[in-house]
Amino acid sequence: MQNQTVIKLADLGKAPPFELSDAERDQITEEMHHYPDPRAASIGALKIVQKHRGWVPDAAIPVVARLIGSDGADLEGVATFYSLIFRQPVGRHVITVCDSISCHLTGYDELRDALQARLGISLGQTTDDQRFTLLPICCLGACDRGPTMMIDEDLHGDVTPEQLDRILGSYT
Amino acid sequence: MSARKRTLDTHPLTYCIDAARGPLDLKDYEAVGGYAGLRKAIRELTPLDVQAQVKQANLRGRGGAGFPTGIKWGLVPMGDAHDGGPKYVVCNADEMEPGTFKDRLLMEQAPHLMVESMIASGYAVGASTGYIFLRGEYIESARNLNKALAQARAAGLLGDNILGSGWSYDCFVHTGAGRYICGEETALINSLEGRRANPRAKPPFPAISGVWGRPTVVNNVETLCNVPAIVLNGGEWFRGLSQGKSKDGGTKLYGCSGRANTPGCWELPFGTTSREILEVHAGGMRGGKKLKAWLPGGASTDFLLPEHLDLPMDFDTISKAGSRMGTGLITVVAEDQSMVSAVRNLEEFFSRESCGWCTPCRDGLPWSVRILKAIERGEGRPGDIEKLMRLTRDLGPGRTFCAHAPGAMEPLQSAIKFFRSEFESGIRASASAVTA
Ligand SMILES: Cc1cc2nc3c(=O)[nH]c(=O)nc-3n(C[C@H](O)[C@H](O)[C@H](O)COP(=O)(O)O)c2cc1C
Ligand code: SF4
Ligand code: FES
Repeated sequence: MQNQTVIKLADLGKAPPFELSDAERDQITEEMHHYPDPRAASIGALKIVQKHRGWVPDAAIPVVARLIGSDGADLEGVATFYSLIFRQPVGRHVITVCDSISCHLTGYDELRDALQARLGISLGQTTDDQRFTLLPICCLGACDRGPTMMIDEDLHGDVTPEQLDRILGSYT
Repeated sequence: MSARKRTLDTHPLTYCIDAARGPLDLKDYEAVGGYAGLRKAIRELTPLDVQAQVKQANLRGRGGAGFPTGIKWGLVPMGDAHDGGPKYVVCNADEMEPGTFKDRLLMEQAPHLMVESMIASGYAVGASTGYIFLRGEYIESARNLNKALAQARAAGLLGDNILGSGWSYDCFVHTGAGRYICGEETALINSLEGRRANPRAKPPFPAISGVWGRPTVVNNVETLCNVPAIVLNGGEWFRGLSQGKSKDGGTKLYGCSGRANTPGCWELPFGTTSREILEVHAGGMRGGKKLKAWLPGGASTDFLLPEHLDLPMDFDTISKAGSRMGTGLITVVAEDQSMVSAVRNLEEFFSRESCGWCTPCRDGLPWSVRILKAIERGEGRPGDIEKLMRLTRDLGPGRTFCAHAPGAMEPLQSAIKFFRSEFESGIRASASAVTA
């Protein structure tokens, strides 16, 4: 569980310092080697930061941009375009529930309602204990197992509302 | 997939797949015929020979549009026409078309087939690097592909001077971060370069000027996965695989989702009927319900009716019936399900996924959603159906910068055409009701 960030009055107006960890820097550099133009690692780099921190804070943008030879405004444009780059803190676990057609036909509405009721939040929100963020997502490419959802990197198919307690229980 | 005996000669896409067992590693894949196509290409054939086989096979793109792969490859500068600079093969593995789940099967369960296909296709167009543009949610695909790439690299099948040919080529997985529009091939190129995924104007076509302005072939996962067997067995053999069911050759990963008993994805002869797909492979409709309507191949295809079930699922036949085969994975709607809700769901998807580049799409799609929601609540206003019909024309082919909006209009126009009374019953008689 992460501690609440404490903002000191004296720091207001100052950008919080942001430094990439060695691991982040190494992974981003490795990614850059795959392309003749390192900017192609833009999305990959943002995903690496997100993997380490859960989300991509504003202060990360200029630092990452410098590393991959891009500029802050361009990278900001990229970071805001893609739906799986989170620009706000999210819960420890992110639930993405498929709301596309095959899941619509096989029980998405019931699954979404049960998730919202069970977590006490609506789509787009995070639980008070910072445990779960609930987001809609388009077709997860597992339509034969609808309704589907992912929790972090795990795919769950044929999900019934009755299974939710058990499934959610394994993400602490 | 079922455990039926599948071999490279009968099932070039799934011969090495057994989902219960999991993907084969390099040695076991080679033992069932894997990398034989690539070895033959490199040892016995010139790149142009490989292209000729693919042309003769009349392999058509499996990403939805059915464009002949051989013709696309033929646009890439070769020999004297080539300036000597880098060329690229990009595999479109962004599979995000609602109702489609075939490329996932290939990448998770047959990663070495994908890798072999990337190398063989790279050889055919003289590429220096291949990228597999993989949607970010396909975690297991990424894991399995990266493992297969590492094994291939260690075995000298990737890297410098592959199999002593003097040709060098490497291949990488590039993972995305959401947004359906990334699947549009020019948007995909922008995304690969690290930009926002807005489509680019065509021409120039990617085969002439694609990634970093260089010649680039963009093909779907399933399209490319046919290449090794075509090289090994020849284009004539490939044409025969459809067993006379279609004038197009090969097999196809067909599938079924929605209210069916046993949804799934199967490799069947090209031109198999959707009746066979639904009734034999998917076990018919769930709960003994009747079929009301079906999408032939994803969210951006027109609905068809039960009376169309006996048509062979191929590009030309399904087009003549007023729809598109698209990705070939059908989605079935049962008699007790609402067409208005189904279309509202589809348009919400398209509206959310619009890249916002051009006005008709950016503004028109949310408008269609507002009207459809009102009709769904029984609060539609007189004239709403006409407004929707008008939108299907204003967002139709040629009116927008890319095919996203026209695709969005296909299920809408066909649902109104076939099920107009369902829409009408959501219209309030009183003209004072509020729509938005
Ligand atoms: C909005 C939109 C989304 C698309 N998404 C995909 C996709 O996810 N996968 C794919 O293979 N093709 C997709 N396509 C088609 C590609 O633009 C392109 O035609 C295809 O990659 C060509 O490969 P093929 O000839 O092997 O089918 C999409 C097209 C549009 C207009
Ligand atoms: S049609 Fe839609 S998705 Fe395509 S360029 Fe225009 S706004 Fe973007
Ligand atoms: S529609 Fe939900 S996984 Fe495809």
